[in-house]
This record gives sequence, structure tokens and C-alpha cells, in this order.
Amino acid sequence: MTTSTFTSSAGASRILRSVWAAIKKIPPVYPLFFAIFISIGFLGQSYQTMPGILNFLRRAAPLAILAIGEMLVLATGGFDLSIGSIVTLVVLGSSKLLNNDPANAIPSILIMLGFGVLIGLINGTVVSYLKVPSFIATLGMLLLVKGGALYWVGGAPQGYLTDNWRFFGREYIENVPILGRFPVALLILIVIAAFSWFIFHRTNFGKQVLAIGDNVRASQLSGVRVRLVRTMAFVLSAVFAVIGGVLIGGYGGVNVTIGEGLEMQSIAACVVGGVMLTGGRGNVMNVVFGAFTMEAMFNLLNLLGLPKPYKDAVQGLIIIAAVAYIALSTRRKR
Amino acid sequence: MTQETLARTTQTPSALQPILEVRHITKRFPGVLALDDVSVEFLPGQVHAVVGENGAGKSTLMKIMAGAYVPDSGEILLQGERVTFSHPQEALQKGISIIYQEFNLLPERTVAQNIFLGREPSRFGVIDIGKMNENARVLLKEIGVEQFISPTAVVSSLSVAEQQLVEIAKAISFNAKVLIMDEPTAALTSTEVQLLHDLIQRLTSRGLAVIFISHRLVEVFDIAHVITVLKDGKFVKTVNTQDVTTADVVYLMVGRTLDHYFPPLGSPEDFGEVVLRVKNASNHILKNINFTLRKGEVVGIAGLQGSGRTELAQALFGVVPFKTGEIELRGKPIDIRNPSQAIKNGLGFVTEDRKSEGLLPKQPIRDNMLLTVRAIQNIFGVINKNGIRKAPNLVPNLGKQVDVKTDSFDREVQFLSGGNQQKVVLSRWLASDAEVFIFDEPTRGIDVEAKASIHDMIRDLTRQGKAVLMISSELPEVIGMSDRILVMYEGQIAGELPAKSSENEIMLMATGNKPGDVAAAGKE
Repeated sequence: MTTSTFTSSAGASRILRSVWAAIKKIPPVYPLFFAIFISIGFLGQSYQTMPGILNFLRRAAPLAILAIGEMLVLATGGFDLSIGSIVTLVVLGSSKLLNNDPANAIPSILIMLGFGVLIGLINGTVVSYLKVPSFIATLGMLLLVKGGALYWVGGAPQGYLTDNWRFFGREYIENVPILGRFPVALLILIVIAAFSWFIFHRTNFGKQVLAIGDNVRASQLSGVRVRLVRTMAFVLSAVFAVIGGVLIGGYGGVNVTIGEGLEMQSIAACVVGGVMLTGGRGNVMNVVFGAFTMEAMFNLLNLLGLPKPYKDAVQGLIIIAAVAYIALSTRRKR
Repeated sequence: MTQETLARTTQTPSALQPILEVRHITKRFPGVLALDDVSVEFLPGQVHAVVGENGAGKSTLMKIMAGAYVPDSGEILLQGERVTFSHPQEALQKGISIIYQEFNLLPERTVAQNIFLGREPSRFGVIDIGKMNENARVLLKEIGVEQFISPTAVVSSLSVAEQQLVEIAKAISFNAKVLIMDEPTAALTSTEVQLLHDLIQRLTSRGLAVIFISHRLVEVFDIAHVITVLKDGKFVKTVNTQDVTTADVVYLMVGRTLDHYFPPLGSPEDFGEVVLRVKNASNHILKNINFTLRKGEVVGIAGLQGSGRTELAQALFGVVPFKTGEIELRGKPIDIRNPSQAIKNGLGFVTEDRKSEGLLPKQPIRDNMLLTVRAIQNIFGVINKNGIRKAPNLVPNLGKQVDVKTDSFDREVQFLSGGNQQKVVLSRWLASDAEVFIFDEPTRGIDVEAKASIHDMIRDLTRQGKAVLMISSELPEVIGMSDRILVMYEGQIAGELPAKSSENEIMLMATGNKPGDVAAAGKE
């Protein structure tokens, strides 16, 4: 009698333990996101409907795209602080290039993508060849791009963004089965995320990004072309920032501060998504949900009626807490 | 007088009381017993050399005496009084100064500022620059070098030797009773060495005890009165220089038994054509390197720390390339400017420091194994979890070949033991189609069993027609593995020794003795 109780309780505890082991493997970003999202669902009725959820995802899409790009650079062990300024450049520059003529929409977006490639190449070159720490190099680029964009448009936004330019950020695909109206921005996020997932998790490039971030010296001695890989990460990050900028400009207004702080939001999204700021770890899906979590948190703060500065403070807390957590856990290992 | 002291006085030939003494010092670092019950006495007015192979515990002992490390057990006596140092500053205040190989000078400050850093003479709360310079001048005159160095010279404008004199002046300015120098002549020219020797003589004649570590036995015999030999963290013997020969000291340094059996050496008929030939190659560290490497042979590279062994490997592999000279691979001249080119030319390099130069700690075993083969493929190529297109089961095969003990290849490398980590690094190079393998300290810090299996793998490579260049600080390993031995000294290949040469012969050559002397010693 006693024996059988003992064995059955041992069996139960074994099952519990394996369930617990499986739960422990779930990245913390998912329970965090769903907890916050469910609480905003209680506070704001619209989050309980399909259009409301899709609308939320549409608003979160640009940050998710920026965060994926940032993750590629963070995984190499670097930083890209220039992406917020790139968003500003895209919005201000496009408003000037469009010259209020819808026919210029596609050319202006292509020119912006060209700028993205150029900025990424410069970031990568300065970091790889001139050996400037990426934090400093891209901080310089942040100021250079922002200043350059403002100078180009003469200090204030010129004209407006035409409706066809705004298509990607603002419009919907109608009559999608079950979902109804499906935001174009969300579709773009899905395409970018799938592409990034593929190159990051399924190609040599992705493995080498992680290798560099984990141990740059060992990677170099094993034949990894460190400069090439690093530069490519910066180019992708800048190009994704341009795409994010087109989406942000699509539903936002034209103003000179539109991209401000997005680099920090992206880094926070990455950190929430489990990316280590010291490099060597990253996961595209987790980062996308990291961005969703950030957006949900901002919504929560709004619904609670807290003013905007709280948003910044919360971001700061997240970054500090995450970095402190990493520092503590590495110290424990020693 | 107690019996114990009485016994000691009768043991010591000199009637002098030791100025500094360490008793039963033990110091353990993670995974290694650096010092094991070491006791040494240092007398005033003497130059006391501490010698031993790499890893014998010399530096650890110096750092304990200078307060940089705290011993796990044992005691330090300064002028017969027991002292404990929790910080180098405390040792300094009590009169023990240490000069490291890497100087601790501020390059953009003047000589006087460096000497009196943190204790500048002041007047009305501001630094009295005139007084500081004057004090520095007096100090430099005291040690007889005022004609070489001006107190107002900026340190970065001085030569290495002059900077060292500044370090000595600084050390003396703390009223040092004991001056410890770690490899003081490593970076000096021969005239500068003479200058330093003269200075050391003057200092000891004033009653100072000078303790120095050196790898150059020739020099040790030039200036040391007493030599203490350490081996594997243990005290071996303290001898008077006049009573012994270089060969005696070398024997004390290396005399020991091999700790395991090595695979059989290659036989001459196994050696094939020359795969690698280096002709007159030099860079800022290496001078005039000439050697060849044939298929099927293991060539060992011996030499002391700083003799240029690792630099040779790095030059061959394009990390810090040669500036002049030629490298031929299979008879064709090649130019290797970076590791990527070296790999494409069929070179493999298993680095010395597994942690900083080998492993990707946070990546799974499989990605560590495949790093090199992937690096030389198309960067946009789609990965295969277990290998590459040509060899789809590379990871499990390598795992079997090198016998990595793990439950899954998805485990992060940081959680493996040192031996298993080294096997993973090794398998990375087995996967690449390298013809020439360079091993730098292939078995450092791993257990005996893993050591033996790595030695077997190295020998297996040569049976497959590969050529191996093996750098090692462990002489038994060099002797046990090498079909030929190249000995390096001061950035040059001092000479070549045949298989099964003795440790004495290698050490003599590695400490700067001429090949002729080595041959003579070999006959003894």
C-alpha cells in the first residue's frame, strides 16, 4: 500500500518535472507578451476583436522590422544606433522627393532603399576597417543622418506624403477569409520575418553572425570573413530601418522627430526577445514578439492613463534590468 | 636561540640573516597547483635568480612576495618578522618592490611624475614641480643613470631600457629592501643588458636583495650569486652559482619522468615529399626563418615563452604575416595575408588558447565543428544541420572520430570539459581538408586521458599523409611526439635536433647556448 502510493507519487512527480522542464524551455517573452496583451484586452474592449488585434499588430509591425535588423547587428556583438535617424530620413526625404506627385512614390522609396544600403555600408566599413567601436560609429551616424535629413529638407517637413506612398503602412487587403481586412504592414512584417528567419537560422551567414558575436578572434582564425559578415549585418539593419520608415510614415504624420528613440525601442525589444547585448545569441521569432511586447506595454501605459515620459522610463528600466541580469548570471558562472 | 633557528643557521653557509623568506607557500588556481609547499630564503646583498620551465611557478611566487596574490597557506617573513600582504601597496610600503615585464609607467607623463605618482611633493597644497624634479634627479644620480635620463623627459620618448631604469628608480624610491624583476632583460639589447647588470651590482653592494626571473641561463650565470630551481610548482634546490654548471641547472629544471606513453614515431620511409618550405622569412618578431615540413612527419617546435613559437604559427597562418621571405606549399610559392587564405591553401591551425581563440562558447557543438568548413563556403549557402552537402553526416562522424563525450551535439560547448572542448576544436580542422596542421599547445590544461587521445589523433593525421607542426612548452610532449625538433630562441630557429633528443639538449639550445655546446652536452 505504502509502496504503491510512493511509486505513483514518484511517477506523478516525474511527469510534473518533465512538464516543468518543457515549460522552462519556453522563452519568457511569450508568457510576458500574452500576460500584457490579455490585460490590455480587459482595459480596452477593441483588443478583444479581430480587427482590433490586427490593428495592434499593424502598429507593432514597423518596430518589429527595426528590431529584427537591430538583432542582426547585436548578434555580431555590435550596436546600430542609427536606425531611428534613418526612419526620420525616410519620412522627411520622401516628402521632399515626392514633390506632391504620386508618380514619384516608387522612385522615392527606391532611392531611400539606396540610402539605406549606403548608410549600412558606411557603418560596416567604419566599424570593420577603421575599428571604431560600433556604439560610437553608429552614434555618429545617428547625428549625421538626422542632421543631413534636416538640412536637406531645409529644417522643416516639405509637402506631404502621397496616398500611394502611404499604401504600405496604412492600407488593408480586403475580404481575407476569417481575418477580414488584413493590414499590408503586417504582411510586409511576415515577409521580412520569414526572410530573416531563413538567412539567420538557415544559412552560413546567420551562423557566422552568431560566431562573430560569440568569439570574434576564434571566428577570424577559423576563416570567417569577419569584415564582410559584419558589414552585411549593418546593411541589412539599415535597409530594414528604411522599410520600417516607409511603414511608419504610412500612418504617421510628417514631422522631424518621427524616428527619435526608435533605436532604443528596438534594442529593448531585442533584449526582451532574449538577445544578448554581448552578442552570440538571437532568434527572429522571439525578437518579433519582443517588439509586440514593447508595443503592448506602451498601449498598457496609455490605457492606464500614464503620460508619455513613462514610456521612456519603462524602456530604460527594461534595458538596465536585462543587462544587470546578464551581468549577474555571467558572474555566477565564474 | 631556538633549536629550529640554530639548525637553519648551521645549514646556511652564509652567516647573514635572510632579509626575505617564504616558508611552505602553497597556491592553488582552478585546476592547477601553482605552488606546492615552497620555501626559499633571500639574503641581502645577493642576486638571487629563480629559474624553471614555463609553468614551474616562478611568476606566482614573485607575485605572492609582492602582495599581488595571497597564498593559500604558508608564511612570508620580512627581516625575520611574519608579514601578510593583502595588496601590492602594502608590500611596497614594507620595502618589497616588483618590476613586471610589462611596465607600469604612464607614457605621456614625465620621468619625475611617474616616479612620484601619487606622492608628489607639495607646497601650499599644489605640486612642487621643482622639488619633484630635483628629488628625481637625486634618485637617478643615486643609481648612477643621471647621464641617461632627464627627470623632465616624457616616458614615451624613452627607449625600453631607459623606461626600465625609470621603473628601477621608482622602485628604489620606496626605500626598497628587496627588488623583484620579472624577465628584466627580455626586451634589451646586449649593451643595455650590460648596463642593467652593472646597476644590479651597485644595488646589491648597498645591501639590497635582488630577485629575478630569467629564461636566459647564460645571463643567470653572469650575474646571479644564488640560483633557486622550481619545477611543476615545487621547490627543487637552491644552489650557489659557482658550484654548478649550466647543464646541472638544466637537469634540475627538467629532470623528470614521462607521464604517459606516446604513439610510436614515424619511420623515415613514411615521410613523403616536402609540403611546406619556408625560406628566409621575417617579420617584426621573427628573424630569418628557414625550415621544411614533409608529408607524414610531426615536427616539434620547442622554445621558451617569448621565443617566437606562437608568432611563427601566426605568421604561417596569416594572422600576423611574414613581411619578407617566401613560403612554398607543394612546391608553389603562396602568399598568405589572412587566415581565410591560409585555410583555402590547406593549412589548419589549432590555437594555443582554446577559450579566447578557439571556442564559440555559446554555440552548440555542431556549429563549432562546422565553423571552418562553412566559413570557406558560399556565405548564402543553406546550412545542413549535420554537415555539408558533400558530407551530410560530418558532425556525427567527427564526433565518433574524436570521441566527444556528450549526450547531444546541440549542447553548448561552454558546458563541456576542457578535453572535450579541445576535441571539438580539433574536429573543426579535421573537417576542413587541411594538408598541413599547426598545433599550438595542443594539450594544455587537459587531463591525461584526453591528452593521450589527442596525441594519437595527431599521429593518425600523419598516417593519412598530413604534415604536422606542433608547438609545445612541455618538453616530454615535444620529445614524445616529434620526428624532428626545431628549437626557437629570440625569434629565430636556433637549431634543429633529431627525434628523441634529450630535454637537456633542447633546454640548452632554448636558453641561448650555441649548437656546439649542445652537441657537447648531448654526449655527456
